[in-house]
Amino acid sequence: MWRVGTVLALHDETATARTIRLEVPDWPGHLAGQHVDLRLTASDGYSAVRSYSIASAQDSEHRVEITVERLPNGEVSPYLTQQVAVGDRLELRGPIGGWFVWRSQQAEAVQLIAGGAGIVPLMAMIRSRTSAGKTAPFRLLYSVREPDGIFYRDELRALPERDRSVMVTYAFTRAAPKDWSRPPSRVDAALVAEVTWPANLAPSCYVCGPTPFVETVANFLSASGHNRDRIRTERFGPTGERK
Amino acid sequence: MSSQIPYLDGNAAGGELSKVFAVDITAAEGQCGSCGATRRFAEAHLYMGGPGIVARCCVCEHALLRVVSTRHGIFLDINGMTYVRFDTTE
Repeated sequence: MWRVGTVLALHDETATARTIRLEVPDWPGHLAGQHVDLRLTASDGYSAVRSYSIASAQDSEHRVEITVERLPNGEVSPYLTQQVAVGDRLELRGPIGGWFVWRSQQAEAVQLIAGGAGIVPLMAMIRSRTSAGKTAPFRLLYSVREPDGIFYRDELRALPERDRSVMVTYAFTRAAPKDWSRPPSRVDAALVAEVTWPANLAPSCYVCGPTPFVETVANFLSASGHNRDRIRTERFGPTGERK
Repeated sequence: MSSQIPYLDGNAAGGELSKVFAVDITAAEGQCGSCGATRRFAEAHLYMGGPGIVARCCVCEHALLRVVSTRHGIFLDINGMTYVRFDTTE
């Protein structure tokens, strides 16, 4: 079932990523971690469908925010990040997914691990935790190419200052700030062991990013003793043509 | 077998399969008809590069589900699973 959303606001997160806030009058509400499918239709009837994670908290009534990263040679993302304007109408389907979700009743520790744009559904979990007034201890490990590539930068920076039960660690893979202790490199087992919740705490782990990132990180987590049932993953990447 | 072809996971098929199933399939549990592994559909490896979608077992890569949408309708093949259990308790 396709719904129609109206673009309320646009916000550039980075040079290549934009947050689109939509108002969807018949939105049934969503859970943190879910996604929507967006359908763009050309005047000749050709249509393309792409999936985007929801970034906004679960209680944002009739409002849905997505953050779209522009892919080189992308068919849909250049339009969404460069041409969409406030007042435009977009077709969407969702919310979708009941597995890669965090529910506010969950009281256990939560480990979030994001690779690049994989931060989006994890941000929805952080925001939902805040908006629901919950205190489940959260840790986020966010792998990103460089400081300028961080989504939701100011909000993430303010989080641990406001709430000490949220810890945010960045892993820069291409360029790190000058005073950064860890040279630019990919997330490795040592970093995971150092900054994430230990397995004996039985945290729920949510890993989102490009497929190779998710595979690598999920393997690190299993190898360090996390129960497979406690590791939930969501992979994204370029998808084939769909109509 | 298919490790060189890029794949996503069962989460990405949730929208397309919402045309067929009344409840969310990504949280449903399925048993692989080949190796017997029991996993959530969200954990399946999803191949979307062809004319349809193929979900393969994340343990043995056996084809669990195929779905193709055409102008004549939606073709769904779930022959690769021995069962699918939808959780109705939540």
